[in-house]
Amino acid sequence: MKITNVTSLENISYKVRKNIIKMVYNAKSGHIGGSLSCADILTVLYFNQMNINPDKPDDMLRDRFVLSKGHCTPALYSVLAEKGYFDLDELKTFRNIDSRLQGHPDMKKIPGVDMTTGSLGQGLSSAVGMAIASKMESAGCRVYCLLGDGEIEEGQIWEACMSAYKNKLDNLCVVLDNNNLQIDGKISDVSGLDNIEGKFSSFGFNVIKVDGHNISNLIDAFDTAKQIKGRPTIIIASTVKGKGVSFMENNASWHGKAPNDEEYEKAITELDTIVYANKSND
Amino acid sequence: MDINKKIATRQSYGEELVELGRKNEKIVVLDADLSSATKTGMFAKEFPDRFINVGIAEQNMMGIAAGLSTFGKIPYASTFAMFATGRGYDQIRNSITYPNLNVKICATHAGITVGEDGATHQMIEDISLMRTLPNMKVMCTSDDIQTKWAVEEISKIEGPVYLRLCRLSTPVIYTEKQKFEFGKGIQIGDGTDASIIATGVTVSEAIKAQEELAKRGVNVRVIDIHTIKPIDTDLIIKCAEETKKIITVEDHNIIGGIGSAVCEVLSEYHPKKVIRMGIKDEFGKSGKAEELMKYFNIDCESIINKVID
Repeated sequence: MKITNVTSLENISYKVRKNIIKMVYNAKSGHIGGSLSCADILTVLYFNQMNINPDKPDDMLRDRFVLSKGHCTPALYSVLAEKGYFDLDELKTFRNIDSRLQGHPDMKKIPGVDMTTGSLGQGLSSAVGMAIASKMESAGCRVYCLLGDGEIEEGQIWEACMSAYKNKLDNLCVVLDNNNLQIDGKISDVSGLDNIEGKFSSFGFNVIKVDGHNISNLIDAFDTAKQIKGRPTIIIASTVKGKGVSFMENNASWHGKAPNDEEYEKAITELDTIVYANKSND
Repeated sequence: MDINKKIATRQSYGEELVELGRKNEKIVVLDADLSSATKTGMFAKEFPDRFINVGIAEQNMMGIAAGLSTFGKIPYASTFAMFATGRGYDQIRNSITYPNLNVKICATHAGITVGEDGATHQMIEDISLMRTLPNMKVMCTSDDIQTKWAVEEISKIEGPVYLRLCRLSTPVIYTEKQKFEFGKGIQIGDGTDASIIATGVTVSEAIKAQEELAKRGVNVRVIDIHTIKPIDTDLIIKCAEETKKIITVEDHNIIGGIGSAVCEVLSEYHPKKVIRMGIKDEFGKSGKAEELMKYFNIDCESIINKVID
C-alpha cells in the first residue's frame, strides 16, 4: 500500500531512526551516521515509490533496490521490518552470530534484500545488470540504487555509469546520499572529489538535486525521474550525516561507532521529542 | 588423439556459445572489449540483443553479470583470465560467489601459453584464486570436444562456475563418443610406472609423453582433470595406490593449482610424494607458446625426463 501523506511518512522515518539507534546500541557496533542520513530516502522509496509486496519478496516483476553503500544495513533492515518483510523484534538480533541480519546485506538470507553488497562501488553495476535484464524481458521494473558520496571515489561506479548511459537505462534511478563525510573526514579533504553534479551530468545522467530530508521534495524527485526517457537519472540528495540526533549530526566520528548508555538515552529522547511534536501537527 | 588437428579451446568456446544460445534463450554473453580474441563475437553477431559489451571495465562486467542473473538470465562473462580473475576478483567474490549467483566466468588466454604478450597477460594464479572461493566451481578443459561439452554442461549447474580456456591451438584428444561427467577426471591408459595428472593445455603434452615413454617400455597413465573443483578425490587416491609416481603438470603457478589440489587430497587420504611440474613461482615472459612451454618445463620432453628421472 502506497502512503502519500507526508506527515505519515515522516513519522515512519522517525521510527526508522529510532530502530537504527537501538540496533547499533544493542549490537555495540554498526554504521549509525550514514544510516540516519539515508533514512528519509529509504522511507520514501519503500512506502511511497516502489512497486513491492512484502508477501511476495521474490516476485519477478517487483521493483528492485540495491543498497550499494551496504554498511547502512541498520536503515535498510529497519525499513524492511517496518514494511513487514520480517518481524520488528528480529532487529534486536542485528550482527549476532545466530542472526540473518548480517553486518552487510545478504540477499540469500533476508527477505526483501535484492542484492548482496558491502564492498563499496559494486552495487551500481548489479543495478545496471538488473535494469538491462528488465528491459530484455520487458518486465517494466524500476531499479533503484543508493550510493554513498564517499563510495563514488571507487572507479567501478564510473564504469557502471557508462553502461547505464550506453544502454539508455531510463528504468534506473540512482540516489546519492550526499552527506559530505567519509570515515577519515570531509569528502573534499580526503579525496579531491568535487563537482559531483557535473560529473554525473557529463556521464549522460539526468541529474536532479534535492534536499534528502524533505519527504515531499523526495517524492517529487522520484516522480520526475519516472518521466525521463532514454537515459538514467541520479537524484543527488543533500543530506546530513547523523541526521535527527544533534550530537551525531555532521560528525564523521559517528560513521561506525555505537552509542554508550548515556548517548543512547539522549538520542532516543531527542527523537521522541521530534516525533511527539510532529504528531501534534498531524 | 589427433596430433594434426589443432583447435584452441577459446575457439571451441565461441562456437559452442552460439549453439547454446540457439537452444537456451536465457543465455546472455558479456565481454570487455575482447570479443574477437575470446571468440564471443560469434555469439554477438547472431544474438546482438543478448550480448553486452561493457568496454574495458572488467569489474563492472562482473557486477552487471550478477545483476542479470537475479532476473533468471544465465550470463557468460568473458575476457582474458588475467583481467577476469585479477582485476575482477573482489567483484567475483562479493557480488557473485558470496550470494552464489548463477554466473559463468569463461576466461581465455590463461597461462604462459598466451605467448608473446608476456608476463602482464599470462595469468598463472587464476586456478588458485578461483579455487579458494566458496561456492565457486572450477573447470579447465583440454580439447575441442571436451570444451564444447563443458560450455553446455555449466549452463545446467546452478551457481557460479569458472571455466579456464586457452589461446594456444592444441590437438583434439577426444572423439564425439567420449562421455564426460562434471567432477570426474578421465583416465587415459592404465600404466603403473607413473600417473601424469594434467589439466588444459598440458593434457596433450602428457599424452605425447605417454606415447613416447611406451616405446621405451615405460608405462604411464594420464589423468585429465577437467574439473579442478570439486576435484575427483577417488581417482587421485586410486592412482596413488596403483602407480609408482605421481606427477602433476599445469600451465599455472605450482602454488595453488592442480599440483596443490592433488597434494591436498593425498596428504589427507593417502600420503605419497607428489612431483609438481608447472611455473615455479615466477612470472612468465615473452616468446612463442611452444618455446615457453619448453622454457618452463611443462612440455612433452620435460614430462618424459621427469618420469624417467
